[in-house]
Amino acid sequence: MRPFSLLALLLGAAVVLLPFFWMVSLSLKPADEIFTARVDLLPSRLAWENYATAFTEVPLARFLVNGVIVCGGILVFQIMFAVPCAYALAQRRFPGRTALFGLVLAGLLVPFHVTAIPIFLGLAELRLLNTYFALIVPFVASVFGIFLFRQFFAAMPTELFEAARVDGLSETAIVWRIAFPLAWPAATAFAVFSVTAHWNDLFWPLIATSDPALATPPRGIVYFRDAEAGDDVGPLMAASVVVTTPLIAGFLFAQRRVTQGIATGGLKA
Amino acid sequence: MRLPRTARERATDLWLAGPAILAMAVLIFAPVAIVAVLSFTDYQFGARTFHWIGWENYATLFTDPVGRKAMTNTLIYVAVVIPFAMGLALVVALGLHALAERFPRISATLRAAYFLPVAATLVAMALAWQMLLHPSIGLVNQILGGLGLPAPDWLSDRGLVIYTLAAIGIWQSVGYNMVLFLAGLAAIPPDLYEAAEVDGATQGWERFWTVTWPMLGPTTLFVAVITATQAFRVFETVATLTRGGPAFASDTLVYALYREGFEYFKAGYASAITMVFFVLMVALTLAQFRVLERRVHYR
Repeated sequence: MRPFSLLALLLGAAVVLLPFFWMVSLSLKPADEIFTARVDLLPSRLAWENYATAFTEVPLARFLVNGVIVCGGILVFQIMFAVPCAYALAQRRFPGRTALFGLVLAGLLVPFHVTAIPIFLGLAELRLLNTYFALIVPFVASVFGIFLFRQFFAAMPTELFEAARVDGLSETAIVWRIAFPLAWPAATAFAVFSVTAHWNDLFWPLIATSDPALATPPRGIVYFRDAEAGDDVGPLMAASVVVTTPLIAGFLFAQRRVTQGIATGGLKA
Repeated sequence: MRLPRTARERATDLWLAGPAILAMAVLIFAPVAIVAVLSFTDYQFGARTFHWIGWENYATLFTDPVGRKAMTNTLIYVAVVIPFAMGLALVVALGLHALAERFPRISATLRAAYFLPVAATLVAMALAWQMLLHPSIGLVNQILGGLGLPAPDWLSDRGLVIYTLAAIGIWQSVGYNMVLFLAGLAAIPPDLYEAAEVDGATQGWERFWTVTWPMLGPTTLFVAVITATQAFRVFETVATLTRGGPAFASDTLVYALYREGFEYFKAGYASAITMVFFVLMVALTLAQFRVLERRVHYR
């Protein structure tokens, strides 16, 4: 490894990290240091009041709670729907099983954006727009989840489940007390991708809600940006830092698992 | 009353798979059918009636300057993002792979740094980019000015804006591709390099072209399709930074579908945009399945 290559790698990493650095730096700068002809890299003093402003000017805490409710709701329902279906596809024999798996594969071809207009129409018809229900329900049928869990269950020995049946366990109990705990690696990988995708999504919250009280974190900072007249850059960047931190922290904490998950399947929720 | 055994088994199957089947039907397959039908109508959200207008929405999309702009912009965006997001990711992966032999700690830290944009909330990071690229108070133009270079208006120059968004797209996807390339590099058996050395390929570039590049082939194809499907979906940066402007210079397919459908309520026309987007994505994803298959056969 030549020193030049190492230098180039360090330089590249610096460019990649630049927006993060600038976001944090601006979030801690007093306003008069942001709007100045001479731009300094670091704040002269740490203006923590930007964070206080971010939490009081917009309901930032509410946005974060909404993010947790929506991501949590989506993940729980996705697993409730996907796991039993995946188990049936992998470990049971029934007419139409192949056709059902074909449907799952076909479903993988459909990006969410394609279904947005009819789902919006349906929710409007049922007068359910501007609810948590509208933010959660379009995502509960995760074909990606069914596919992932099926692959995992298919690799498990059939004798294991036969033994459980002999012991008198119902199929439902087998799914949740034996198969699902054994599929824990698949479940964590799926959770990482599902939560990342929905915490960061702007498309659907922009369509399904107009009530700021229901805004998810990205929708919330767009509200904040649109409401402020361009003079609240510090607090806006503070809000951006707050919204970005949970996933970054989670990634740094579970780094190995995340990168392995991507490498084994090129997964994307 | 006890049902016969097979009936009970079928009931269990239905209990296990039924909810998911119903959810898929209602949330995926019915909407796809409805959007296809709507694309041949002039339906507007909230209207009581609609008319069949045949291929008119598609004709508008392909002839109207605004519709064409959304399509050409999307294609430019994809055409810029794919080579750079892949090329840079490959260079970084090769560097980190070589670095890991002598300095595993530094290599792991740099890998985390390059991956960070993938985990970050894109909307928040887009705002950070907006500040970096701000014409007067942004760091980028300050540096360029200090070097005596011109200071472009990155997000409001019509000729430049789609490339600026593409640069942000590249920044965001390099880390993901890098992880895939690193996995591909780790899977190359070391004895292949030894064999190549015996055959006289001792220099770095010779080793790369005789062993690394051919062995990375399946990974490269896979990364190309993943990058393309992601790039076609570009929405968050457009919605946050430019709203397709100035003068539709950064309009893209998914943003146009959002604007026409949910700001102008032209459900029929937006459905036609959706179908064009869908057909492009299906073609790409089918290519991805074929690539995946090849990847399996390769081993």
